[in-house]
Amino acid sequence: MSLLELLGYFNYWVFAIVLSIGLYTVIAKVNLVKKLIGLSIFQSAVFLMYITMDKVEGGTAPIIQKGVENQIFSNPIPQVLILTAIVVGVSTLALGLAIVVRIKEAYGTIEENEILDAD
Amino acid sequence: MDLTPHLPALQVIVPMLAAPLILLLQPRGLAWAGATLVAIFSFFIALTMAVAVSKGAHFGYDMGGWTAPYGIELYVGAFGALVLVIVTGAAALSLLAARASIDSQIELERQPLFYSAWLLVLAGLVGIVVSADAFNIFVFMEISSLASYVLIAGGPDRRALPSVFKYLIMGTIGATFYLIGVGMVYMMTGTLNLADMESRIGGVTDINPILVAAGFITIGLALKAAVFPLHVWLPNAYTHAPHMITVFLAACATKVAIYVLIRFDFVVFQANLSGHQLQFSLFLMPLALLGIMVASAVAMFEGNLKRLLGTSSVAQIGYIMLGASFVTEAGLIASAAHLFNHALAKGGLFLAVACLAYQYKDLRLAQLAGAAKTMPYTAAAMVVCGLSLIGVPGTAGFISKWLLLSAAMDEGRFAWLLVAVILISSLMALVYVWRIVETLYFKQAVAEAQSPKEAPGVLLLVTWVVALANIGFGLFPQFPLSLSSAAAKLLLGHVL
Amino acid sequence: MILVALVLPLVIAAGIVLAGRFSDNLRESVTLVGACALAWVVWGLLPEIYAGQRPELSFGEILPGLSVAFRVEPLGMLFAALASGLWIINSVYSIGYMRGNKEKKQTRFYTCFALALAATIGVAFASNLFTLFLFYELLTLSTYPLVSHKGDEATVKSARVYLGILLCTSIGLFLPAIIWTYHVAGSLEFTPGGILEGKIGGADVGLLLALFVFGVGKAAVMPVHRWLPAAMVAPTPVSALLHAVAVVKAGVFTITKVIVYIFGVDFLFSTPSSTWLVYAACFTIIAASLVALRQQNLKRLLAYSTVAQLSYVVLAAAVLKPLAEIGAAIHMVAHAFGKITLFFAAGAIYTAAKKTELHQLRGIGRRMPWTMTAFTIGALSMIGVPPTAGFVSKWYILAGSFQAENLLAIFTIIASTVLNAAYFLPIIFMAWFEREPEGGKNHGEAPPLVVLAVVATALLTLGFFFFNGSVIELEKQLVQGMAQ
Repeated sequence: MSLLELLGYFNYWVFAIVLSIGLYTVIAKVNLVKKLIGLSIFQSAVFLMYITMDKVEGGTAPIIQKGVENQIFSNPIPQVLILTAIVVGVSTLALGLAIVVRIKEAYGTIEENEILDAD
Repeated sequence: MDLTPHLPALQVIVPMLAAPLILLLQPRGLAWAGATLVAIFSFFIALTMAVAVSKGAHFGYDMGGWTAPYGIELYVGAFGALVLVIVTGAAALSLLAARASIDSQIELERQPLFYSAWLLVLAGLVGIVVSADAFNIFVFMEISSLASYVLIAGGPDRRALPSVFKYLIMGTIGATFYLIGVGMVYMMTGTLNLADMESRIGGVTDINPILVAAGFITIGLALKAAVFPLHVWLPNAYTHAPHMITVFLAACATKVAIYVLIRFDFVVFQANLSGHQLQFSLFLMPLALLGIMVASAVAMFEGNLKRLLGTSSVAQIGYIMLGASFVTEAGLIASAAHLFNHALAKGGLFLAVACLAYQYKDLRLAQLAGAAKTMPYTAAAMVVCGLSLIGVPGTAGFISKWLLLSAAMDEGRFAWLLVAVILISSLMALVYVWRIVETLYFKQAVAEAQSPKEAPGVLLLVTWVVALANIGFGLFPQFPLSLSSAAAKLLLGHVL
Repeated sequence: MILVALVLPLVIAAGIVLAGRFSDNLRESVTLVGACALAWVVWGLLPEIYAGQRPELSFGEILPGLSVAFRVEPLGMLFAALASGLWIINSVYSIGYMRGNKEKKQTRFYTCFALALAATIGVAFASNLFTLFLFYELLTLSTYPLVSHKGDEATVKSARVYLGILLCTSIGLFLPAIIWTYHVAGSLEFTPGGILEGKIGGADVGLLLALFVFGVGKAAVMPVHRWLPAAMVAPTPVSALLHAVAVVKAGVFTITKVIVYIFGVDFLFSTPSSTWLVYAACFTIIAASLVALRQQNLKRLLAYSTVAQLSYVVLAAAVLKPLAEIGAAIHMVAHAFGKITLFFAAGAIYTAAKKTELHQLRGIGRRMPWTMTAFTIGALSMIGVPPTAGFVSKWYILAGSFQAENLLAIFTIIASTVLNAAYFLPIIFMAWFEREPEGGKNHGEAPPLVVLAVVATALLTLGFFFFNGSVIELEKQLVQGMAQ
């Protein structure tokens, strides 16, 4: 595999790196809000992957126009899918933050180790 | 108008549309009644389909009239019908019994929200089962997961909050892994429909992305299904959730993830992917065996009744995975039958726990000494379900254990190891169940001996219905077995 | 009639629970009437069996090849008749004993007893291994509350040993043995001549036999005998009927049935890897007798004596000759009569004098002449002195051993007879001929119902010596067609 080919997968490299950063943050941080930030990064990486794969070289938005034949356009399905996934991600984040608020109310802290000590 | 062909769609739509309506039912008790009615109605839909399916039919449904692979397809075969019966049955029975227990744990004004979330979990779970579209499964999975986080965190126990946070993190990671896997398969095949994927994967030249995708999907779903060692979220979440929520989730939530895992693997990957055997059998079998042994061992020394039962669930999930990892008809029958039988046994046990919780706020075993005097009927129901969990002959648990052991016998070189693990873990189950029984019956009560005071009638009644079902399905297991064997044939039909 | 025999004890159990709400007398009448009715039903099956018929009853298949089904054959008939017959006497005794000792929770006691009987009948009549296993486990579970009856710390601990060993062996060894059998033979049906011949061979036969023998923990072949001494914490009626007759006999009955109907006697005889069973049984007989010699507690001594006597039955079955198989069946009866008498006597002594240790028994014969006479008869039967039941069965087992030219078996029987005498005769001597120590409690005989039961079983022990023809006739059907 030549260097050029490797660079050609640029988006996928970014996907893998961002994914790893997100996952690492989720696992390594003890602060619950930081964990949620990590989770969001982790999910965003996946959005990037979906968006990357639907791109067709030279393609435009998939809008059918009169008089324009044989137009190349990008695959709309992954975009639709990822729109849904983003909604899911946002709701997860919202719920996660709500739980963090409740944890803060109940325990007075959002550091995981302190919560474990409290019980 | 004949509604029969629309049953798969109704199965999802009824609870989903009812969920926001429940919110409007503010007066006391109405929200509960509404949710219960919807759950019972769903149960009837599931039963109707199960009866039809056991006669050899199957349900396909194109949403909005768009045919697959362009539209979203719903599909209910034998396996799906079995899981639907488990899910809706668990929802109907737990909701029916829930009222008094929920009244004592959830504030009145929040109850409509709570029941609404409950129906959303139900809608999500049945949605996963009926959907034949990989992405749709993801969406339903997240609907049910998000709603179940709400349910678990809804109780008065503050320890539920960190537990549910952990569950949320791990659940989301699992779902995202699944999403990555689906994306990769889509990249290579250009379809999201499971059946369509199956036929197109054969034509894919570069198989590596698919193998990676299979890995992602297997691990993501294993996380959701709490397969050892990805189970750490489960015991705490079950322990601190409101009691009736534990009943519902323990009976069916992880089962649905297992259903997707098995279905995805057998329908899409198993036949078409050289090297997938390694990812599936050789990956899952050791994990299943380890899970069975480790979780059973931990349960033997657990002091909190609910966590003990939750940990035992991890071991029982191990049994289900073990059967599936044989990739034989006998193994799959055992798996499917154990899905059903374990739901019965564990559901019954947690129902009995909910009964106990009326008199005993503290559910540590040491505090429950002599509870059989105070609550004789509850304790007896617990014994019956406990025997089923051990797998004593005459109970439902024995049927699946027998099937699993016979399936393990066919495994050639490793047969003796598999049989030994199953048997040793049964003995461990005996130990932890008997710790409960001894505590309830033969230990001197810590506090003054109370006069018999049982849980409310409906809850107790439902508990006993489930307990008797454990015996009933132990002696007449034809219904779940016919579905299980049809399911196994169906799944293997994709492989051979 | 099979169905009635199976359901009747359950009805009795329900009746006991109901009657227990109203009055003790009513509850005990239900028990007694029920016991008589059950015996009447079970014994009513006898003529058919003599005529060579094998009544059947099936509840259909649970799984393919697994059915709950019953068939009455000579061995099971004998076992069921024995258990149901002795239940009547035992009920009489129970009433006297439980009242005499003012035991608590008597309703639970009688209910579980009836359930245990239902399970026993199920074991006796089962026509396949699965059904037998089902009722075998039920028997364990229904006797657990009886063993832990007292409810104090020590009792619960013993009961845990009891349940632990019995369930662990049955799930850990018996169940895999059943599944293995099903796997190779494709059937679990008890078939004359066995179902395993030609399906399994070599060392596997010995291994499978080991799984069966040690899996059936109720047969108490060493080293899985520990539950039996542990079970002695139960009230004496339980020890008497269940741990001298129903439960332990269910164990040896299962082993005999497995040898005769699953392996097939001829098949086992021709397979060298099965000979270890004779050694195991011989070892158990000698070792248990030696342990019994050292016991100071009367009930524990009887328990170890039971362990040894059970292995007589296993030994007789393992000798694999027709006469010995008959001996095995007869020994089940003979030992039942003798040992229930001994336990009844031990319970009578406890009720009247609260004495449990051997050294306390000096001179007790003069205070309790009826009880001790019965005890003496029971002990003589254990040793095998004519004219008692024990002599008859020993005779057949010895004859079978000679038939098989099995010197080890012959030697063991003779040696254990000496040992039996060594631990029973001193007790008898002590009770009758030594002086009572000064300052002992002044007591007389046990309650009349208790004495009545003791005397009845002692008479049975004597009677069996003279009238055993019908039993032998019945069991000859067991070995029909077997190579001599």
